[in-house]
Amino acid sequence: MPTIYIDNKAFEVKAGKNLLEACLSLGLDLPYFCWHPAMGSVGACRQCAVKVFKDEEDTRGRIVMSCMESVKDGLRLSVNDKTATTFRSQVIEWLMTNHPHDCPVCDEGGCCHLQDVTVMTGHNYRRYEYKKRTYTNQYLGPLVNHEMNRCIQCYRCVRYYRDYAGGKDLNVFSAHNHVYFGREKDGVLQSPFSGNLVEVCPTGVFTDKTLKEHYTRKWDLTNAPAVCQHCSLGCNVIAGERYGQLRNIVNRYNSEVNGYFLCDKGRFGYEFVNSENRVTQPLIRKRQSEAVNRATLMQHMSTLLSGHTLIGIGSPRASLESNYALMDLVGKENFYQGIPDDLVYIEQKIVDILLSGAIHTPSLKEIEQADAVLILGEDIWNTAPVMALAVRQSVMKTAATHTTEQVAIPLWHDMAVRELVQDAKGFLANMTVTASPLDEISASTMRAAPDDLARLGFAIAHILNPSLPEVPDATDAVRTQAMNISRALQQAKHPVIITGTSCWNNALVRAAFDIAAALDLTEKRAGLAFVMQDCNSLGLAMMRSSSFEKAITSAERSSNVTAIILENDLYRSVPAGQADAFFSSCKNVVVLDTLHNRTTERADVLIPAATFAEADGTFVNNEARAQCSSQVFMPANSEVRESFKWLSEIRSLKTTAGNGHEKHPDEILQALESKFPQFKGISRSAPPHDFRFHGARIPRESHRYSGRTAMQANIDVSEPKPLQDDDSPLSYTMEGYRGPAPSPLIPFFWAPGWNSGQSVNKFQLETGGSLKGGEPGVRLAEQTGVTPVFSRDIPDAFTARQDKWLLLPQYHLFGSGELSVYTEGIASQSPAPYISLSRHDAERAGLKEGDIVTVKSDGKAYSLPLSIHGSLPDGIMLVPAGLRGMDSWSWGGWVNISTVKV
Amino acid sequence: MFSEEKLNKVKEIIARYPQGKQKSALIPVLHLAQEEFGGWLSSETMDYVASLLQITSIEVYEVATFYSMFNLQPVGKHVFEVCQTGPCMLRGSDQIIDYIKKKLDIGVGETTKDGLFTLKTVECLGACGYAPMMQLGKHYREHLTPEKVDAIIEECRAKAN
Ligand code: SF4
Ligand code: SF4
Ligand code: FES
Ligand code: FES
Repeated sequence: MPTIYIDNKAFEVKAGKNLLEACLSLGLDLPYFCWHPAMGSVGACRQCAVKVFKDEEDTRGRIVMSCMESVKDGLRLSVNDKTATTFRSQVIEWLMTNHPHDCPVCDEGGCCHLQDVTVMTGHNYRRYEYKKRTYTNQYLGPLVNHEMNRCIQCYRCVRYYRDYAGGKDLNVFSAHNHVYFGREKDGVLQSPFSGNLVEVCPTGVFTDKTLKEHYTRKWDLTNAPAVCQHCSLGCNVIAGERYGQLRNIVNRYNSEVNGYFLCDKGRFGYEFVNSENRVTQPLIRKRQSEAVNRATLMQHMSTLLSGHTLIGIGSPRASLESNYALMDLVGKENFYQGIPDDLVYIEQKIVDILLSGAIHTPSLKEIEQADAVLILGEDIWNTAPVMALAVRQSVMKTAATHTTEQVAIPLWHDMAVRELVQDAKGFLANMTVTASPLDEISASTMRAAPDDLARLGFAIAHILNPSLPEVPDATDAVRTQAMNISRALQQAKHPVIITGTSCWNNALVRAAFDIAAALDLTEKRAGLAFVMQDCNSLGLAMMRSSSFEKAITSAERSSNVTAIILENDLYRSVPAGQADAFFSSCKNVVVLDTLHNRTTERADVLIPAATFAEADGTFVNNEARAQCSSQVFMPANSEVRESFKWLSEIRSLKTTAGNGHEKHPDEILQALESKFPQFKGISRSAPPHDFRFHGARIPRESHRYSGRTAMQANIDVSEPKPLQDDDSPLSYTMEGYRGPAPSPLIPFFWAPGWNSGQSVNKFQLETGGSLKGGEPGVRLAEQTGVTPVFSRDIPDAFTARQDKWLLLPQYHLFGSGELSVYTEGIASQSPAPYISLSRHDAERAGLKEGDIVTVKSDGKAYSLPLSIHGSLPDGIMLVPAGLRGMDSWSWGGWVNISTVKV
Repeated sequence: MFSEEKLNKVKEIIARYPQGKQKSALIPVLHLAQEEFGGWLSSETMDYVASLLQITSIEVYEVATFYSMFNLQPVGKHVFEVCQTGPCMLRGSDQIIDYIKKKLDIGVGETTKDGLFTLKTVECLGACGYAPMMQLGKHYREHLTPEKVDAIIEECRAKAN
């Protein structure tokens, strides 16, 4: 490790870094704007100047940009040198010449990187007394606000949007003191990663439009570390509340998972928590007054428990605590997953693979670092957005690494590296049913039916390991493509294979495993990543319970069934016909959920459940990482409670043995891991509820939190006692331990002098590295070196059938989420329902774009307009999955068109 | 739309660059387009250039807005591009600009009613030794004085008749 001298003190620093990274990693305060740990340096803003000296004798030194100089052994520099500090304060002064004096009305105020740096450099008096330039702002859509006058021309936005995220519709225009960052004209930003502009931009040019609707300063929020609920990746987020409303979501850095960035669904899709459609009152239906209090509810529940057969339907979006509490209540044999058989089968395959220890499953960070990626079947752009962003980084960075191996240019030197790399790209093969935005960075693409994609996978596996069976009757095209892909995978050191469940096809999972396992035998570290459907799909699958079909059978067997359905709208999870069949064979239906939906309509007893923001809960993401999501606020309405609390209370009706003590979430996890060895270690995913730091709790509120004594004065003029959180070490106050908290408990990023999110530097071991104390969460599946058992079971080639189509779901980043569409700006970008066929199929059937086509799925008829799909293989019918109000269909089944209306 | 002849010229320019790098031809093609379509680049013209080079319009706007030699608004027949950078300023470019403004009764960026003259200010044109100076069409006019400006204006008017 090189030693450098900073203001005459020796420090050991990591080689290969630049001076800015080195200084920040050492915990020094050095201002910067244009450098970003995930995007490297361009030396554009001149804010990070330091002085370097030739040697010990040199007293004059020279000013350099610290972000543009490599660390060298023996290098001497000064951060505090007078010329350097003056230089920096002059830089901020001219960056500020045109900056409006509008902090009080700027949404960035209080969490502003520009404020931080302005104060840090000591620029506090404006000498510029001329007219400031003003711009016209643009309408950038419902999610991101634009206020160009605040720009300081650091170029971070375009570098992020175009270079990092691959967006095309944001750019820089003009020159000199009138450069402009925006779109070519007003319009909705096209990238689903646009929300990160809010955090990337050091000023208030780009801000969160959803927050604007109920604006609160960062210091006034009650925050907690939470986990995103909108897909299986489990991105870490910080959620903030005020006045009983969830106000915003910002990124919570986790180097292994989401790093610095979220997708727009995760960032903006939180409004369901505040929805008018929330279930707020326990209801017992079909009686005079349906709304009941807790005592009546419990009384009623105890009559439902005795003499009835209990069936529990779990949920892939509810926490493990709640799922386990339900299982505990109804008994393991009466607990069902609430998803169809086909999906359970595929997920079980995935769980078996992960728990077998035969293969490594990579984190998102490892996917970013992969040097070849093969995507087999999964439309990750729509089903796992931040994974698509990670794959993009792998493609771009692999090219950069290859190129810079030959020249002495460090990887952080972004502009230079880009110049060198030009259009070169790392290897990505995107083998999916339909076209995807990832295609443009793919070396190889294929559009085929899932079985054919799986066959391609098996063909690759056979080339990699000739002892595996050859794919019978493979076409020449498939052979050649398999050959090219296997060659690229063989050349890589860390190849990653990605697949998932969204094609509802288990052959894809088996083929992906065979490829990864075959690669792994050749001394490389191959990774196999799975994408699941919901935020706790894997956690639920790991409980290894039966499918919904089994629940129907068992309900049909008994005449006296009480079904308890946990946070699961069955009409979205299973074909509507099956949901109907189930309901008609149950005597009593008890539903716990957060929002009214078609399943809650069928409930005889409806119990209001807390959302993730009002609950503690543990979720297992796609890489089997169990992560704790902490309660952000307690609902003012005491009838809204965490499902596991309701369920434990209901359970206590059954036994007399209980001592009335409510179980804490960590105790539930302990019970879970003692029952199921596959969850071993899960109770370590966050510190227990009684954890204290030097005897103190960790405050959810900043020390600047305002209004505590008065904000409830309309209800009671005396200041209320702060709420007591018995379930976690976090407190509902401003008091408590303010030092570094254990990483799963960091409620927000703040450090002295750094009010903005840039303060995350202070929480990391090194800039862009892991959090001090390690990343939150516990991985439940690790490779153990077990010899893999190959699948070898190759499906037949897909053949289109006469007048029948294979029904597949199309997931939409904006639209397919049950919860995220409660955010207006997401709903407005959701497509209208449609039925898609290939052009050829449509022509053969004599159908035109827009014709109303009726299709029967599982006994129900659906009429939707036809949308002809350019890249869809023949023989497949594509229908959007999970749009608001749409039923789930029998995905993976065969359907025909019954009628057509032109 | 370019004439056949100009289209050939565009092809020739594109051919100077490696395959797939046709974006490199952007600046010369924009010059050509400006010359061809009334001395300025409308957004339609820029979109047309984008389609010729098979790039997105936003990439053309990025470049066209950056350079002061591309006019994004209609201009007069004769465009005075007066340098206002340090050396020219020290040698009196401010006065020259003021003089032109008064004489033609227009502000910077404006065009005379008769459509003959546009006044623009630009940054250093690399002729500091001859400051103050301006660019007029393809030529530099140097060591400017009010008298010289008068003469230039007369000369332009004469050409117009
Ligand atoms: S808009 Fe923001 S990110 Fe972009 S250049 Fe201006 S200050 Fe930097
Ligand atoms: S990628 Fe998934 S987990 Fe991450 S922010 Fe988006 S929806 Fe949430
Ligand atoms: S951070 Fe170094 S020049 Fe901008
Ligand atoms: S300053 Fe006017 S030409 Fe250089």
